[in-house]
Amino acid sequence: MAIKKERRDFLGMALGGFTALGGIAALGAAKRTWDPLPSVMAAGYSTIDLSAAKPNVLNVEKWRGKPIFILKKSPDMKKDPREVIVGDNRYLICIGLCTHLGCIPSYFPKEHKFKCACHGGQFDASGRVLKSPPPIPLVIPPFKIEGEKVVIGEAGEEYKKLKADGLTV
Amino acid sequence: MAHFTKATSVHDWLNQRLAIDSVRKVLATEYWIPKNINFLWAMGMILAVTFGLLLISGIFLLMYYKPDTKLAFDSVNYTIMSQVGYGWLWRHIHAVAASVVFLIIYIHMFTGIYYGSYKKGREMIWISGMLLFVTFSGEAFSGYMLPWGQMSYWAGMVITDIFSLGALHLDGLVEWIRGNFVPGDAFLNRFFMLHVVLLPLAVMALIVLHFATLRIPHVNNQDGEEIDFKEESQKYLSGNTKNSKVIRFQFDFLSKDIVVLGFFLIFFFYLVFYHFEFAMDPVNFDPADGLKTPTHIYPEWYFLWTYEILRPFPKNPGLLAFGFAQVIFIFLPFLDRSPNVAPANKRGAFKIWFWLLLLTMVTLTIFGKLPPEGVFTTYGTITASFFILLWLSLPIITKFEKPIGGK
Ligand code: FES
Repeated sequence: MAIKKERRDFLGMALGGFTALGGIAALGAAKRTWDPLPSVMAAGYSTIDLSAAKPNVLNVEKWRGKPIFILKKSPDMKKDPREVIVGDNRYLICIGLCTHLGCIPSYFPKEHKFKCACHGGQFDASGRVLKSPPPIPLVIPPFKIEGEKVVIGEAGEEYKKLKADGLTV
Repeated sequence: MAHFTKATSVHDWLNQRLAIDSVRKVLATEYWIPKNINFLWAMGMILAVTFGLLLISGIFLLMYYKPDTKLAFDSVNYTIMSQVGYGWLWRHIHAVAASVVFLIIYIHMFTGIYYGSYKKGREMIWISGMLLFVTFSGEAFSGYMLPWGQMSYWAGMVITDIFSLGALHLDGLVEWIRGNFVPGDAFLNRFFMLHVVLLPLAVMALIVLHFATLRIPHVNNQDGEEIDFKEESQKYLSGNTKNSKVIRFQFDFLSKDIVVLGFFLIFFFYLVFYHFEFAMDPVNFDPADGLKTPTHIYPEWYFLWTYEILRPFPKNPGLLAFGFAQVIFIFLPFLDRSPNVAPANKRGAFKIWFWLLLLTMVTLTIFGKLPPEGVFTTYGTITASFFILLWLSLPIITKFEKPIGGK
């Protein structure tokens, strides 16, 4: 009797083990199916020419389907460690999605402010939060400066430094 | 094998093989319903019928809808609306039913709360109903994405962003859910799949479960009276129908259900033919544009109250409050500590609690629609906090409630 029971236990455990293994493998496959496609992941660069930018006029470019804000700062705007220096000019480069729930804030050139219509969030010209609910400043995407151009999607020296200083996530 | 005799009729032939008479007894002719219930108890039947309307109209829409970000908008707004014969009818039925079904769900829910139909013995009815509500909300949300208008796109953006869980900043999870950095083709197709296959299956399974939960405790009644269903049904079957406290579901109760249903359908088709626009947001008639947000994002009316609980707070507390509002109803049977199964008007502080809850949710719904500016934000925050306080106070006020009838 005792032997028989042990055998049954063993069979039960073996069956359970294989089922669990198969289940885990299937879950892994399901997770991978749900992952973004390689083509989506690869479409990751946009090159933007800065030479035509005018001070205090917001340019909106597109990267990975998201709006990218590029704002050339006018001299009267205050300095900020978050800004990107290209040649003699200072720029704000950031993803144009409110860090609260992802709406696109609009720029008000007179006030030098971004206002998010959704829940009333506000950011200054350096992307810092002036008014909640947004919890963090506008996010700076990975970028690399090449002369008068910036490549969005590639992490250059300037970006790495900003990140190391904790100025973006 | 069972013994089969030569069948005397089609009915008998089936009966020998499928026991259709017994099934009909269990489900209909000897399914007992208390006599003292009012028209509010017909909401379940109305919901079942509305779900049927959604299913049928959905099948017709499915024949021309294209789940592709480039084609979806036109397949709905051009092909189905103006080319397909009667395509507009299915769309109006589908859209109006999707909106009205929530009105009925809320009435159904608040009927349950008012009469204490979630109390001892009936917890599973309540819990399965709330699970159904949550799944149905997912069904509504995924369906809202499909026409791929501006509101679809931005609602998709905002709602999926919630999964970054505020300060945890799980952006990878958000992108995984979307299958892209922003809502795109992968996103549209997986929501299409959820809307037409996975969630409807889950909804149907939960409807079956919800019905099954009624079998043992039976439906509650207007007075919260404990009825001995066995005894009362015996009385009924022995011909003493007048003194019995119960009636058959088919056709006794059904006749009443159908009258209420008739009124509902008049109202429903009035909306379908003359006021379908109430279920459609004008902003969603602009095609989705990832580089332009509508100035004011809000969900459909039936989600406004939860939305308003999320919105006025800073991000993290907002998410906590939102999560709280999403799940707290499920715990109602355990938060209400009073033993009384009775309509709210016969109970103590609960009576006030019930009306305050209803009022708070209506207020939240109104504020949810208003732009989040100035005083509205302040009032919104106060009302949302009040909603949470109400729920926290429930166990306390019900604990001190006096048992009815000196039990
Ligand atoms: S999304 Fe900008 S404030 Fe909420």
